[in-house]
Amino acid sequence: MTPLFRKPVIFAFCACLILFSSGIAGAQQTLMMATTTSTDDTGLLDYLMPLFTKDSGIDLKWTATGTGKALKLGENCDVDVLLVHAPPAEKKFVEDGFGINRRQVMYNDFVLIGPAGDPAAIKGKTVKEALAAIRAKQSVFTSRGDKSGTHQQELALWKAAGGPMPEKEPWYVQTGQGMLATINVAAERNGYTMTDRGTFIKYEADHKGNPPLKILVEGDQVLLNQYSVITVNPARCPKVKADLAETFSKWMAGERGQQLIAGFKLLDKQLFTPNANE
Amino acid sequence: MEFLLDGFVQAIILLVHLDPETYSAIRATLWSSSAAMAVSLVLGLPAGFWLGYHNFYGKHALRTVVDTLLSLPTVLVGLIVYAFISRQGPLGEMGLLFTLPGIAVGQAILAWPVVVALTATAVESMDRQLSITLRSLGADRRQLLLSTLWEARFGILAAGVTAYGRVMTEVGISMMVGGNIKWATRTMTTAIALETNKGMFATGVALGLVLLAIAFAVNVSLSFLRRQVR
Repeated sequence: MTPLFRKPVIFAFCACLILFSSGIAGAQQTLMMATTTSTDDTGLLDYLMPLFTKDSGIDLKWTATGTGKALKLGENCDVDVLLVHAPPAEKKFVEDGFGINRRQVMYNDFVLIGPAGDPAAIKGKTVKEALAAIRAKQSVFTSRGDKSGTHQQELALWKAAGGPMPEKEPWYVQTGQGMLATINVAAERNGYTMTDRGTFIKYEADHKGNPPLKILVEGDQVLLNQYSVITVNPARCPKVKADLAETFSKWMAGERGQQLIAGFKLLDKQLFTPNANE
Repeated sequence: MEFLLDGFVQAIILLVHLDPETYSAIRATLWSSSAAMAVSLVLGLPAGFWLGYHNFYGKHALRTVVDTLLSLPTVLVGLIVYAFISRQGPLGEMGLLFTLPGIAVGQAILAWPVVVALTATAVESMDRQLSITLRSLGADRRQLLLSTLWEARFGILAAGVTAYGRVMTEVGISMMVGGNIKWATRTMTTAIALETNKGMFATGVALGLVLLAIAFAVNVSLSFLRRQVR
């Protein structure tokens, strides 16, 4: 080999070494959380986490996915704590022994949104009537289709509305993507969708307050979206940092966390309502 | 349409203003893809040489297998690696899930067949006379391997560039194994996917252009290397 060849190799080696050494993180206590896209997309976690770290000295990392995958990650012991919003699936998760100490911490609500023209005339109706009208009109309705908390909620509403569950109908579009992506598909197709209010406010903000899709149905009791924190069961998963998870869970449900949640605003609108004490 | 132009402007702003989030993602991308390339080259070059140099029964079948692996779906690799390094998995003790080394493992698996297949092709296309000459000069096996690889260096460099492009731009493994964790395992590609999901198309375009700029920088340094070894 020529000496010329060695020099760049040494250079590359040094470069790799620098990259590698900087890859090793500080030795802080780290808590791993799986959560839903809505808490991350709205910026709530970016706002809460530095404050939580300051209060507790715990470094919180999170991976934001649909509730389906978040629960799966908990089941496989890959995360320490969950912040999710699909109460029936959560209750089953705890009953099956995968999680402990489920605490409700806050809610926001779902809304049905659609084009301002409102082709199926759902504005102001109840959810049940609105979905029936969309089905009757065969207006485009986009669904997350990803087993997320939002998707499960949507399916429950279709079930409550009666009739066969939409699945392969050409007007029922399952995106398999996150909430904002799904809203964008609805906007492109001039259709309806169901979203959590937090994500919608974010969407409104992204469109400088004048989005193509508007809230058409809101305030119905069945549209409540409850978020809970669940500690992954340390009896099943010995590696889980259950004590840190408890610290986080109690902080979120405690006075400090609850006040901060109430104070989180976007476009002067409160996104989440704390309700740990109910 | 206008988000394309917005994205272009944003890309420049991100780079010039040293946006910390973007640099964190750049670092994650370079770290995991470089580590993956180092591993896949170390394991892939000898294997590629062996496959290209020797003639043996079943060689064609083996080549077909390796060529098929060029089409490995990244999400499949992500799921397989996840199954092994999940805390419930056989390698769970190593704590690789949601880390850059974990991503690098998956990306090395993705890059390895590329390195093997293209190295084998480069070695195959070489003058048969070379090995005879080398052996008549008394070269041992190690010298034979190194000299042959040295003679095939441009083909091998091309293999490296191709594999690097594949690992640097994949999103399935990074998302599944890395978890897209901000300041830790958020790579350029998972950041692009996230911004796009959030409907921030312009930011997605900007990050995509930044990734392309990094690829350009990598290729410029490689072509510099290429001139050095001519």
